[in-house]
Amino acid sequence: MTIKDLMQTMDYGPAPESATEALAWIADRPVIGHFINGRFTAPEGEMAEVVNPATDAVLTRVGLGTVAEVDAAVQAARAAFPKWAALPGHDRARYLYALARHVQKRERFLSVLETLDNGKTIRESRDIDVPLVARHFYHHAGWAELMADEFPGHSALGVCGQIIPWNFPLLMLAWKVAPALAAGNTVVLKPADLTPLTAYAFAEICAEIGLPPGVLNIVNGDGATGALIAGHEGVAKVAFTGSTEVGRVIRRQIAGSGKKLSLELGGKSPFIVFEDADLDAAVEGVVDAIWFNQGEVCCAGSRILVQEGVAPRFFDRLRKRMETLRIGDPLDKTMDVGAVVSRKQLARIHGLLAQAEAEGATLHRAPVQMPAQGAFCAPGFLTGTAPAHTVSQTEIFGPVATTLTFRTPDEAITLANDTRYGLAASVWSQNIDRAIEVAAKVKAGVVWINATNIFDAGAPFGGYRESGYGREGGRAGMREYLAAPARPGKPRPDPAPLSGVAPHAGKADRAGIDVTAKLYIGGKQTRADGGQSYTATGKGGVALGQAALANRKDVRNAVEAAGKASGWGGVTAHNRAQVLYFLAENLSQRAEEFTAALAACGTPKPAEEVAATLRRAFWYAAQADKFDGAVTATKSNHVTLTVNEPFGTMGLIAPDEAPLLGLMSLILPAIAMGNRVVAVASQSHPLIATRLYQVLETSDIPGGVVNLLTGARDELAKTLAEHDDVAALWYCGSASGVAMVETASAGNLKPVWTDQGLTRDWLDPAQGQGREFLHRAVQVKTIWLPYGA
Amino acid sequence: MSENGTFPRMTGTEFTPEWFENVSVNRSAAERRAASLPGRRTVKKDHQAAWLARAITCIDLTTLAGDDTAGRVQRLCAKARQPLRPDLLAALGLEMLTVGAVCVYPTMVPHAVKALDGSGIPVASVATGFPAGLTPLPLRLAEIRYAVDQGAAEIDIVITREQALTGNWAALYDEIRQMREACGDAHMKAILATGDLKTLTNVYKASMVAMQAGADFIKTSTGKEEVNATLPVSLTMVRALRDFGDRTGQRVGFKPAGGLKTAKDAMNWLILMKEEMGSRWCMPDLFRIGASSMLGDIERQLEHHVTGRYSAANRHALA
Repeated sequence: MTIKDLMQTMDYGPAPESATEALAWIADRPVIGHFINGRFTAPEGEMAEVVNPATDAVLTRVGLGTVAEVDAAVQAARAAFPKWAALPGHDRARYLYALARHVQKRERFLSVLETLDNGKTIRESRDIDVPLVARHFYHHAGWAELMADEFPGHSALGVCGQIIPWNFPLLMLAWKVAPALAAGNTVVLKPADLTPLTAYAFAEICAEIGLPPGVLNIVNGDGATGALIAGHEGVAKVAFTGSTEVGRVIRRQIAGSGKKLSLELGGKSPFIVFEDADLDAAVEGVVDAIWFNQGEVCCAGSRILVQEGVAPRFFDRLRKRMETLRIGDPLDKTMDVGAVVSRKQLARIHGLLAQAEAEGATLHRAPVQMPAQGAFCAPGFLTGTAPAHTVSQTEIFGPVATTLTFRTPDEAITLANDTRYGLAASVWSQNIDRAIEVAAKVKAGVVWINATNIFDAGAPFGGYRESGYGREGGRAGMREYLAAPARPGKPRPDPAPLSGVAPHAGKADRAGIDVTAKLYIGGKQTRADGGQSYTATGKGGVALGQAALANRKDVRNAVEAAGKASGWGGVTAHNRAQVLYFLAENLSQRAEEFTAALAACGTPKPAEEVAATLRRAFWYAAQADKFDGAVTATKSNHVTLTVNEPFGTMGLIAPDEAPLLGLMSLILPAIAMGNRVVAVASQSHPLIATRLYQVLETSDIPGGVVNLLTGARDELAKTLAEHDDVAALWYCGSASGVAMVETASAGNLKPVWTDQGLTRDWLDPAQGQGREFLHRAVQVKTIWLPYGA
Repeated sequence: MSENGTFPRMTGTEFTPEWFENVSVNRSAAERRAASLPGRRTVKKDHQAAWLARAITCIDLTTLAGDDTAGRVQRLCAKARQPLRPDLLAALGLEMLTVGAVCVYPTMVPHAVKALDGSGIPVASVATGFPAGLTPLPLRLAEIRYAVDQGAAEIDIVITREQALTGNWAALYDEIRQMREACGDAHMKAILATGDLKTLTNVYKASMVAMQAGADFIKTSTGKEEVNATLPVSLTMVRALRDFGDRTGQRVGFKPAGGLKTAKDAMNWLILMKEEMGSRWCMPDLFRIGASSMLGDIERQLEHHVTGRYSAANRHALA
């Protein structure tokens, strides 16, 4: 066409980014091996092809890491750890700063390489991925510098095994590697087998800047290699980003190993459009939500919820907006949508879309001209989808959103939370009251108000529910790579077998009037469902009385009661503090009685234990309105809030040592932060807990906020760990019990906090009290609020 | 398509506040969209040359200075007739290229009309107490009639900012209506002075009122405000004219003015028009750029396209 013609059509024409340099780099690397102990090693095992999904061209081959290779990498990381961890923070900061600088110096090369490997558009790899990578290393250079000041007493964990996905290959590497190295850990990282190239280039950068050998090791491979890394006994921490299914496998695989775990998993994030939203802004938001990165985004706003009154207009505009979307060669600078990562992924997307249509949904696709080759998927959205449809529940991981309409803000929140996931949410409204209310009530780790898919290294990112746990970015992200100060402790024994229901023939310490054995559920003393009790013995095997023997139905009832007490999270922190103070007051009036009861149990320092319990109640009452979130410095004209939110219902399994103080040391921080709890009292000394019922009843604790069960510890713990409506679990039992609850927790992927089966000296505030307990009682929600009139 | 696809002149509507009363524009979202556009689209090689040539045809070549004289205006008009060196024009395979219009003060209109005689290039005149618009309404209307009488085919009026800032939209509508009547057959561009309106919500509402009152074009700025045309403001105005078009079927043009100085600016605004409105709104009957120095930069870029060498300002005729 002549220039004259083009003046009429105003076509864009091709605008390809040159891939020459990146392709030459790839050509020099016909095999992508591993990076172990500072050396690039030829792979020993099988190989897989690395394909450019936009052209179907085979770029190179990648080794699939073997047992020996993983072992070599872990050994190298272990060997490098002591020296790296002992470096002054400033020295580690220099390395991280150099990594950030070197990424910036290669920004074009890395962007093109990422696009070739993954299929994402050059606009995104150039304007989003790579700048965020550099920002992440700069930010964490800062944490390395400040670690001693900001995290006193904390230390690195050891070797971190990190497994990252293919949707943001280099960015996910940065999110994993930067905090790990900043904290003084060493790393064995496995990139996705589909997208190993930028990680390999990053390894070359590490070699170039002189990062000490073994500090960062990269073993390529598929899921099998990942399992080898996660399962390696030399690994102290596992960090995984990927599917919820694999997250569950890893949780079970390393249960009881003592490894720290963080999981960033799937999502089906709501994108909520209110009638008072700026609809054009929201339409553009959809572009940045589900049509970003071909929809291969774990936090993508993939469930669009629109208020009924504006839904037709919104869908019209969405259809209209699709007309200008451009799909094609991802190296072309004018493309909005590139290729999905592989033909296999494309087939999966198509399968789900076909199923959606079979279930009655209508697919609206962008009227784009599809490229002749490559794994391309036309962007679009579905109408006529209902919550019950497969695609409303399942992650499509492609450029197609489902839609639903709602009538009221309440209904929007209900629909938004009608999912197993809880990674992110996007709220569109010009009414700040409404927007912030939804932000507060939606169950998601990240909430964007009038925005979507905005990231910053300083803003914690991570999920609620089955979207995983742990955070990446900011202070909360650093905590995932740090160990709290070490404490002494002896292995807890497995619980002694229960004495059963048979009448006890030995000596008994009989009270004047016999005491009924009951549980405390929903603010009421209730009989055990099974109608059974067991005998609690004290010093010298003297029978002290009978405690109710709770079974799984009692657990069910207690969790239900806790679920109904949802108002507790909404009362003011001041009110919760008042309740805790009042609890202490009422307990202090019965101090003598509890001291005597503890003495009868045989605890070594009964009076001290009661006194410590009172102090602890005051301490957590004091913390209730002081353990605050923060306003984080991210982007200009953005208020970014990190809020400490309660989990909801927590399961607490109390230790046998310190039957009163141990139990209360779990209950107090949990309820101070607004959780409701189902607590299992010390199995051996249950009668201390049953005395508490009356104290709880008189202390203005709303029914259902604290539920107390007595019985076989690990049976009840297992039921709680498996329960899908329990959001978090603390377990103070034996090592075998730790393995059991961690395995059982994989169902809904609740975070489990254990003391590794080691006893605590609960009287020592350094062991039995502190901010660690508070951190473990909340999940961080990051709320993004951009502003401007 | 193009200049040839004519359409009925817009008439405006009754004052209809429900079309804009409840609108609220989210600034941060508009800024994000505006910021991402130049990253999402680009034009290279022949396409780029075509887009730059197209930009020339959309320029309202402007002089609005206190020291304007007949001679100055004549020079500008000569440039308007031949904005690109003939050799470059030939190298691009184009026969003829002129700017969209020449824009001057009312007293300069006769000089411009004379200098552009036979060129087909319309003369645009600012009017209504430009740039502040605070002279009495009868004088402002008389000024329009004067400029039209002197041969101006387009009138760039300024709105009374006070009416927008105090939400007196009915009064604003009435004034602009009267101005449109005073324009007669001359096309009216309503300058919103968006730098004074500050909020994008105000910008949207003022755009809608101006269109209801019959503005053929809505224009961002006088060039004299502290902040002139910006992409977020332009995005807001373009969306307003799209909404107006959706409701009425009438076509309204858009003119960013002030602060657009480079070829890159021209490309960014053309991309905005194409993405939000389609190619039809890249043509001079629906899109103008108010600028004086931008042309020089476009000439240099086009010479670079032709020769492969970076060009210098002194190789191109002054305006």
